[in-house]
Amino acid sequence: MNIELIANLSYIVAAVLFIFGLKMLGNPATARRGNRLSAFGMLIAVVAGLNSQGIVSYEYIAGGIIAGTIIGALAARLVMMTAMPEMVALFNGSGGVASLLVGWGTLYGGDISMFTAITVLLAVLIGGVTFTGSLIAYGKLSETIRSAALVFTGQRIVNSLVLAGLIGSGVMFTLAPAADSQWLYIVLALALLLGIMAVIPIGGADMPVVISLLNSYSGIAACAAGFAIGNNILIVAGSLVGAAGIILTNIMCKAMNRSLVNVLFSGFGAVKQGKAIEGEVKPLSVEDAYYILEAASNVCFVPGYGMAVAQAQHVVKELGQILEANGAEVSFAIHPVAGRMPGHMNVLLAEADVPYEQLVEMDDINPRIENVDVAIVIGANDVVNPSAREDQDSPIYGMPIINVDHARTVFVLKRSMASGFSGVDNPLFFGENTRMLFGDAKESISGVIGEFG
Amino acid sequence: MEVVFLTFILVLSIFLGFELISKVPATLHTPLMSGANAISGITLAGAFLSAGAMNSEMATILGTAAVTFATINVVGGYMVTDRMLSMFKSKRESVK
Repeated sequence: MNIELIANLSYIVAAVLFIFGLKMLGNPATARRGNRLSAFGMLIAVVAGLNSQGIVSYEYIAGGIIAGTIIGALAARLVMMTAMPEMVALFNGSGGVASLLVGWGTLYGGDISMFTAITVLLAVLIGGVTFTGSLIAYGKLSETIRSAALVFTGQRIVNSLVLAGLIGSGVMFTLAPAADSQWLYIVLALALLLGIMAVIPIGGADMPVVISLLNSYSGIAACAAGFAIGNNILIVAGSLVGAAGIILTNIMCKAMNRSLVNVLFSGFGAVKQGKAIEGEVKPLSVEDAYYILEAASNVCFVPGYGMAVAQAQHVVKELGQILEANGAEVSFAIHPVAGRMPGHMNVLLAEADVPYEQLVEMDDINPRIENVDVAIVIGANDVVNPSAREDQDSPIYGMPIINVDHARTVFVLKRSMASGFSGVDNPLFFGENTRMLFGDAKESISGVIGEFG
Repeated sequence: MEVVFLTFILVLSIFLGFELISKVPATLHTPLMSGANAISGITLAGAFLSAGAMNSEMATILGTAAVTFATINVVGGYMVTDRMLSMFKSKRESVK
């Protein structure tokens, strides 16, 4: 048996492990084992890759692996759970740039056929877009750069020029492929630029969609690199990830009742305002909140990104436990796009030890929201905005929301009266049964817990 | 012929990916995404050749950088996913 055959057989084993791993990741009870299975598959694929013919020196490989392991492990260990979306974006970006470099490096391996040239081009293009797109997403999520949608006049023209430039220089490169072709450098530069241009017009609230789309891109980039070097496992694993990413993206878009095209190109936040809202805001003191909660028999928490910012997940869980001990039924209603990445709130509440049986999805809570005595909205805004249901002029009209305004009482924990990420006013705050608990969410809830104590 | 063969693999894998993911509860979207993200670091297996073949100085530089970035993706991705999943507990377990 030659080495190449053994390598390919190992790749089949790795692919099977990836498939089972992904399958098991879809069920809470088996998810952790699934992830480990997939990691084991990766180990097999890596060892097989290390044994491929043609490798004469292992010094640089070892150096790269050691450096990468240290950086990756430290980042994974040290990151705060609330900063998870930006961390995933960074990992994603490094996967993208790796595929770009693999594609590029292929050009130095001897004769370049037309087919190789095209696949290298794709790897460079998609990898480049994934890289800079993820960096911008990272910047927006960590608020290093302004998270709102950035739209300027002539944006479409600039984008069209970039695209035309990409196609033109791509064709020129394929006609005369060479490692030092100037056209390759132009494609590289334009791909990096395209990644930036694609993500800057997307607002922070739409980041769950962007993150999962970029995740899909990084898979497709790996797939293109696989075509360039003729490696099966890159194609299989890359396309699995690509397909999985597309599905998740689609789920996110459906949850917002918007098309992917609309999310990517609308420049949310720069759009027209809905009706101006008039009414009276009724503030609530911590003591009054305590009296109402003490008497409540059914309490539902509705968390949003604000809970992550205030790091309030632990006190929220504590209050939930106290209420349960007090005889109330407690649940946590989670909107599919609450937070900044798919399932963001679930991760935070899990960190605080909330059992996943208490987490309910939007479609499960809405039919029985009338029976909820107190709905506590913590740092959520657009996902509970009744305008989405009632006001046809509202930019978020049509998005399914959690109907907290139908609960008997609504507490809204909020820093100030500023509008949410989409910049839309929220009539919920002026509702008949709404009480506003102003201040830092963590302090407010600690205050209520103190009253119970 | 090889191109046809590779495309064949591609198409089947895409269908498989769609099938695998279509029914996953919202709770697991984040770990699923970051677990899938770790798999996309598979490009590591392809980076070795370019880093170790000693074809030219430039290829070695590109390859070594690719190995580094892909390893960050793989190691970081799997560890962060495992860390997230270790927090998901059902009521029975958290009583223990």
